[in-house]
Amino acid sequence: MSRKYELVYVVSPDATDDQVTEVHTQVESIVQRMNGQLEKTDNWGRRKLAYEIGRHKEGTYVLEVINGDGELMKEIDRRLKVTDLVIRHLVVRVDQEQAVVERTRTDRTETSRRRRVARGLPPDRQPGEGQRGEPDDDRDDRFDMGGEELR
Amino acid sequence: MNGRKGFGSRNKSAGTTQQGGKDAQRRPMFRRRKVCKFCSDKIDDINYKDVKLLMPFVPERAKVLPRRISGTCALHQRKLRTAIMRARQLALIPYTTE
Repeated sequence: MSRKYELVYVVSPDATDDQVTEVHTQVESIVQRMNGQLEKTDNWGRRKLAYEIGRHKEGTYVLEVINGDGELMKEIDRRLKVTDLVIRHLVVRVDQEQAVVERTRTDRTETSRRRRVARGLPPDRQPGEGQRGEPDDDRDDRFDMGGEELR
Repeated sequence: MNGRKGFGSRNKSAGTTQQGGKDAQRRPMFRRRKVCKFCSDKIDDINYKDVKLLMPFVPERAKVLPRRISGTCALHQRKLRTAIMRARQLALIPYTTE
């Protein structure tokens, strides 16, 4: 029974790059040992924390997408808890939510296509059609907002 | 709002609010009907990693903006709440300010 999880952990700002990769290899080895799969790793780099954790004001964020079962995540959770370098971590199961998002998205495009065809239009939106253009997809740059910019 | 203020105009463009004539007289202010940002922008996935998206919903004191003000629909407010709570755990969003 394989599920998809997202793991985000915050490594202490005192840690060197080597220590950050060491935590990553630790996670990786646990994943491999317990027959999981590491789907993606993403280092967000150093980021200001929204509030102080202990005495730290910033931290290095790392995201890992892992396929595996609950036991595996339990073990990772336990290990990260005892790792002093990791000041915060979060495990979220994502496969179900992603499936729902996927479904609503396809449902929506299908209905719009069907309706457009029923109105005698080509199924896809033509360029320059409609009142306003589709908003630009700039939602990928997610972390360019510092914590202190809170209004 | 354009100039229709004060004539008890009953919100024709978005006219869904069920208000009797009496009520409309008592409150002649034209009030724009609030719509759910996530429904209108077709954002299905309210992700806790998307700080930029969540920030407008946690004003000054970093509390979650209530539905009656933001106009978010119940479904999306629920998703928004979990996303904000997760982001808070990771110190992406503050729990409170000072």
